[in-house]
Amino acid sequence: MSRQPYIRPMSKTTWYMRNGRYKVYMLREMTCLLVGFYSFLVIFGLAALSSAERWNAFLASQQNAAMIAFHGFALIYFLIYQTFAWFELAPKAMPLQIGEKKLSDSYIVIAHYIVWAVLSAFIFWLAGVF
Amino acid sequence: MAVAKKAIVWGLFAAGGTVSSFVFPALITLFFLIAVGTTPDGLQYEKIHEFAASFLGKACLFIVISLSLWHAAHRLRVVFHDLGVRKDKVVANAVYLAAFVGTAMTAFYLFLIR
Amino acid sequence: MSKRQIELEVMRYDPEKDEAPWFQNYEVPCEEDWAILDAINYVKENIDTTLSYRWSCHMMVCGSCGMMVNGEPSLTCKTFIRDLPDKVRIEPLENFPIERDLVVVLDNVMEKLQTAQPYIIRKDPPPSDDKEYTQSRAALYKFKQYTMCINCMCCYAACPQYGLDQSFIGPAALALAHRYNLDSRDQGKAQRLDILADHDGVWDCSFVGACSEVCPKSVDPAAAIQQMKIEGAKEFWKQKLSGGKS
Repeated sequence: MSRQPYIRPMSKTTWYMRNGRYKVYMLREMTCLLVGFYSFLVIFGLAALSSAERWNAFLASQQNAAMIAFHGFALIYFLIYQTFAWFELAPKAMPLQIGEKKLSDSYIVIAHYIVWAVLSAFIFWLAGVF
Repeated sequence: MAVAKKAIVWGLFAAGGTVSSFVFPALITLFFLIAVGTTPDGLQYEKIHEFAASFLGKACLFIVISLSLWHAAHRLRVVFHDLGVRKDKVVANAVYLAAFVGTAMTAFYLFLIR
Repeated sequence: MSKRQIELEVMRYDPEKDEAPWFQNYEVPCEEDWAILDAINYVKENIDTTLSYRWSCHMMVCGSCGMMVNGEPSLTCKTFIRDLPDKVRIEPLENFPIERDLVVVLDNVMEKLQTAQPYIIRKDPPPSDDKEYTQSRAALYKFKQYTMCINCMCCYAACPQYGLDQSFIGPAALALAHRYNLDSRDQGKAQRLDILADHDGVWDCSFVGACSEVCPKSVDPAAAIQQMKIEGAKEFWKQKLSGGKS
């Protein structure tokens, strides 16, 4: 009897097409492009704060149909694959046990949503949305 | 053997992921409002300049932006790996350099706002 | 009870004859309450005695009948016909070399389980004279779920990072290490993290989360690894601040 184990090939570039779980994972990881994009957009905004004219020019440069569409898409994508995904996974990294009982993950997730809602409302208030 | 230096960037990644998850939906919404031409009052020059000139405003902006940058950089490094790019050292140097430059730019521009 | 005809599409590989694996189809008249393992046993007993696969207990304890069922890493004694379509594809666990048919080579993971140092490490002597380490129930519940692992290796078959880079220590071994790190009687956490938070350890995990989703015993290796990353990050600074040695 000779041993000759067979190793099934795995594509290093397209492995994530194998199942839905991996696809969702890749969509989640792609949020880093949005985080990077908006971080630098804010940095350009900070640079434009050097004078009122430059700031107004910055605002004007943001006002077009392409940006409206992009922000709309980015908001939905970001909510699903970053914010909600992150909240969903947070209790795994930080489980809480009270006495003998593990606190249900859903409490930790709900706490995240509440903090998020309050913080977002605060940011909108600060920005003068309402 | 010892705990690898990746612990540092992972720490920044986790912190940045948390911060961006909480803050970015509101941030993107604000950019959306700007784009449709209904810039909120708080983002008019006087007000936003006043905010960015305050110590608290500077601190918030710096923490949010720099941590988010390191989060994005580390995740991008993993994305490159997942897409089959196996030059991890090169990728890591490139993405972390970008995050460092972004962090430095944030600090610099915030410093200029008085 | 009525029978249901299931078409099993089974991956075959004979190292002495085959260049590569291929699929053989078997028509199996299944009882409705059968698990996939029953259908495979039926093939072995009534259709094709040459089919090789591992199984032992048929009750989710031994962990030897893990296979890919329609692409999902599954314990075949726990995966029921009633939950599956009429055509079922059975393959050996993904990410492992195939020894023969549905039998895989587990050597690599067996070595990894050793690196987790899955035993209680003490620096101080036992607290009482009768050499017993007492533990409260609350302290037990902190890690109890991780003791449920039966080493079926479904998590390794689900983990793309292990598939892409087999030097990654991987889900079950890391979860096992975490089980001992969380044990109130254990004092080996720093010693384990030195190995498991180094290269090839926890940082190679990108939290796909598939390991936890496929685990037939509801162990949560993904959670264990994220918690170990946090512990690893703490340990890193502890080592730095104390001048390299913890």
